[in-house]
Amino acid sequence: MVETSWPKAEARRLLGTRVSRLDGPAKVTGTAKYTYDVARPGMLHARLVHCPHAHARITKLDVSAAQASPGVKAVRVIQGVGAEIQWAHDEIVLVAAATGEEAEDAARAVVVEYEVLAHHVDDLHLDQAPETRAEEEELAGEPEKAMAEAAVRSKGTYGLPVIAHNCLEPHGQVCEWNAAKDTLTAHCSTQAVAALAPQFAERVGLPAGNVHVICQYMGGGFGSKFSADRWGIECAEISRQAGGVPVKLMLDRRAELTIAGDRPSAYAEIEVGAQADGTLTAWISKSWGSGGLGGSGRPPLPYVFQIPHRRSVHHSIPTHTASSRAWRAPNHPQGCYLSMSALDDLAARLGMDPLAFVRKNEALLGPLAKTYLEELEIADRLMGWSARWKPRGGGKGPVVRGLGLSLHMWGGSGHRSSCEVTLQPDGSVEAKIATQDIGTGTRTVLAIVIAETLGLPLEEVRVQIGDSRYPASGGSGGSTTVGGVSAAARRAAVNALRMVFDKAAPALGTTPDLLEAVDGSIRVQGEPGRALTWRQAAALFGRAPVTATGGNPAPSGSGELELTGSGAGGVQMAEVDVDRETGVVKIRKMVAVQDCGLVVDLKTAESQVYGALIMGISSALAEEKVLDPVTGTLLNADFESYKMAGIGDIGELVVHLMTGPGYDERGVIGLGEPPVISPAAAIGNAVANALGVRVPLLPFTPQRVLDALESPGRGIV
Amino acid sequence: MRPFDYARPATREQAVQLLAATPGRAAVLAGGSDLLALMKDGVVTPERLVSLQGLQGDHTLRFLRYTAAAGFRIGALTTLADLAASEVLRLEHPVVAETAGRLAGPQIRNVATVGGNLCQRPRCWYFRSGFGLLAAREGASLVVAGDNRHHAILGNDGPAYFVTPSTLAPVLIALDAEVVLLGPQGERTIPLEKLYRLPLAEGEREHDLGPGEILTELQLGPAAGRQVGTWEVRQRETLDWSLATAAVALEMEDGRVKRARVVLGQVAPLPWTSREAESFLTGKTIDEAAADEAAKLAVQGAKPLSKNRYKVQLARVAVRRALLAATGLDREL
Ligand SMILES: Cc1cc2nc3c(=O)[nH]c(=O)nc-3n(C[C@H](O)[C@H](O)[C@H](O)COP(=O)(O)OP(=O)(O)OC[C@H]3O[C@@H](n4cnc5c(N)ncnc54)[C@H](O)[C@@H]3O)c2cc1C
Repeated sequence: MVETSWPKAEARRLLGTRVSRLDGPAKVTGTAKYTYDVARPGMLHARLVHCPHAHARITKLDVSAAQASPGVKAVRVIQGVGAEIQWAHDEIVLVAAATGEEAEDAARAVVVEYEVLAHHVDDLHLDQAPETRAEEEELAGEPEKAMAEAAVRSKGTYGLPVIAHNCLEPHGQVCEWNAAKDTLTAHCSTQAVAALAPQFAERVGLPAGNVHVICQYMGGGFGSKFSADRWGIECAEISRQAGGVPVKLMLDRRAELTIAGDRPSAYAEIEVGAQADGTLTAWISKSWGSGGLGGSGRPPLPYVFQIPHRRSVHHSIPTHTASSRAWRAPNHPQGCYLSMSALDDLAARLGMDPLAFVRKNEALLGPLAKTYLEELEIADRLMGWSARWKPRGGGKGPVVRGLGLSLHMWGGSGHRSSCEVTLQPDGSVEAKIATQDIGTGTRTVLAIVIAETLGLPLEEVRVQIGDSRYPASGGSGGSTTVGGVSAAARRAAVNALRMVFDKAAPALGTTPDLLEAVDGSIRVQGEPGRALTWRQAAALFGRAPVTATGGNPAPSGSGELELTGSGAGGVQMAEVDVDRETGVVKIRKMVAVQDCGLVVDLKTAESQVYGALIMGISSALAEEKVLDPVTGTLLNADFESYKMAGIGDIGELVVHLMTGPGYDERGVIGLGEPPVISPAAAIGNAVANALGVRVPLLPFTPQRVLDALESPGRGIV
Repeated sequence: MRPFDYARPATREQAVQLLAATPGRAAVLAGGSDLLALMKDGVVTPERLVSLQGLQGDHTLRFLRYTAAAGFRIGALTTLADLAASEVLRLEHPVVAETAGRLAGPQIRNVATVGGNLCQRPRCWYFRSGFGLLAAREGASLVVAGDNRHHAILGNDGPAYFVTPSTLAPVLIALDAEVVLLGPQGERTIPLEKLYRLPLAEGEREHDLGPGEILTELQLGPAAGRQVGTWEVRQRETLDWSLATAAVALEMEDGRVKRARVVLGQVAPLPWTSREAESFLTGKTIDEAAADEAAKLAVQGAKPLSKNRYKVQLARVAVRRALLAATGLDREL
């Protein structure tokens, strides 16, 4: 009998090894075609006209000159006279022309007049917000009383500004309307191939089955590419309007940075209290932030530590900026940075090494406590923390060094997913699943699971993804993909193998339960001589292919154990150098120790953590959307002034994944979010350790560092 | 980008004529690393581009000549990568070669030219967002009211608040470099320092370049025993702009400063010569205390805007460290 559950450690051949991503060569040689690369015969190019004001009403709109402009095939008014525009760079008109340049010229010929209305883009000053939404308060125990009784208290303000997703490939699509068949084909840069088809269908009025969404390769989403988006729907409509010609619309960098994704800001006043021995007792916080008109999400406060007496209130400030989108581990980086900063300040007050402080509060770490403690031990060794940690401040000369740490958690259970495995008479194996590889290695993970299950070499399995016509699978968000697709692929492959065993058993003169699939053959367990090659076994089915399917979660009532788990914990440590005369922060080293259950591909898993560290470092040192208070527009809408860390800025990165007993049996857990949560918090604590002064507001630019040194305790404003 | 005419003349005079024929509506194209970006963003909209890349024979502007007596003559089209790689330049003026080799990134340095670097436009994010070089709205400066974290702390009485972008210019000015300009009226040679001016009204440029005038050559004398040092405060390792720079050149006599040049970059709308620091240093021997005092004097007149106080400190540190680097004291610390 073939077991559905994951093979035991000693039986694994590919699972958990270091496999290079299968599409790596295609990506580095340029044969991989991204949406940006899609070129269809007769394709038109579309350009958007954006609103220059943060808040305005359209008073006049004239597209006649654009319509008459050379090469123009169609013009669509997205928002017309009378419409109230709520953020700068909102889309007003779409123009499609034979070339991009012609579309651009035509877009410039569109005349729009506005009545400019008052705007509010300041999210930092809660007292100046014209409107706030007080969210429900969270309360446990008696925080005020506990705070009053605490032996040591620490109070501070901390904050993180709005940052962008900055996908290297901007949002966009090529839409092709077929008027004769009433179908729509959309090549989209998306992290939700399956879900996008019904989204398009509903908005353009087609049966869902008539929409075909394709995304073979995509250049980053980070949570910002789940929606068909208004510009996507408009692209489809303009293709229809132009008579069913394919139309390409990709956002330019300014639009990408301005309207295609924000991570909400979060600022907080926090007071924490502990007993003299460091045991945490009380937490009181007031936080606020914004992520556009809809306000912000609520950061989890306090984060990780379940402090017995706690009160937290969050206010969400609507601003005239495009709505926020999920950004890798929504709300967690905010909750983590705010909490870990406040707790580190308290540890400093207590005169405690933060590592000892965390251990002291083991009881508050929840179900992942054991994981954290094991991880801290490894991180301690990899960083040399215990040997080198010193209390805050001190040091000679302008450049001082510091260490900081942070803890984080995430769910990461697999999403709903189904997969189809087809065995051809010639023995070739093909898997189909409507998932997408957003850069995480999904293709590779699928091939590993199926090849492992069928006893085949990796190259023998062909994986087809990125097409809404394949069996449905969830969007790639919340670290749910790897659990979902690997569970579905495992079940589909197991079901296929059961069919093969059923056929092969009589041919080998045995029963299916005595067979095994090893090294490309089907053989009787323990008798390598009694075997069929994979091809011979496949041929037993005759001339037609056979298909097996499998899904996640486990079929209800099957009694099968789930193949994916939830609840990943991680710890990170940072070592920085800070020049206290110039305020320049340099990362020397980052250590990330992460749990993600059963690792499918150690290499792509590690690379996921490296990428997250880099993204986190970037947010810690450089990233911030700068809005002009007077005009309400984004001042740094390009890669020059919206700064991101480069290769020279990231220091030495050390990654360790927890594997083996205690971890593997939890099943596959996603890894996209967790490692990006802690970097800024760990770096902030390292900066405070180096300087002896808290730099409360991200990013740690020379400006922020010097301002904090000049007036310590001034807080975030 | 808007449509434009493109001319690729073979002689310098033709280039000047092509420019002068449409004053204010034509632009010189060198490496294009700045100009094309400005055009794509619609910040500048020249109707004609006159490329200098097609100049032939004696007219070409990509050269670097050195004589021991007169020093360097460097053509305007010489790339920053050429400067960084030049053996003679590295021997005679190492800080120039190093500065050229450190700015932007390799791809930019391979196309960016000396002339383009000296004539590049400010990176002020208001200017680059299309609000104009002076970024005024209804008579008030958006910079003053808005986010001025990267803006000027010196020479900022208005209406200009942007900072001069070139990191090469302050170093070259400290070394008393001159530039040759060719225009419809012929050729003139001016100190590089004089190329920069404060625009007083929108539409004026921050360079003293007449209609049709092009920068053809940079002239840089021999090192002549000067002690030279620079310091750049930059956050990221590559592809980032300095937050403040300082360049100092000291002519010494008997261990004392006979003549000092102290020039700051990225702190004022033009490369900023600190007369206060220069005259203080004259006659002094350089030690840490003197470096401290000179640095303090260099920023004495600073008037920070609402968000750039920190730049005063950066400018001060840059001057101090440049002085210590010039005198080799940094190695002893
Ligand atoms: C990411 C990034 C980082 C950078 N960092 C730095 C830095 O740290 N320090 C620094 O100094 N620079 C930096 N640069 C700017 C770079 O050095 C300039 O873009 C480059 O030097 C411009 O040279 P070019 O030949 O490409 O000029 P072009 O783009 O061709 O021209 C620039 C301007 O000068 C004018 N011009 C060009 N040549 C002449 C001439 N001979 N006579 C008259 N006018 C002329 C043009 O009309 C145009 O207005 C950076 C650029 C980038 C993109």
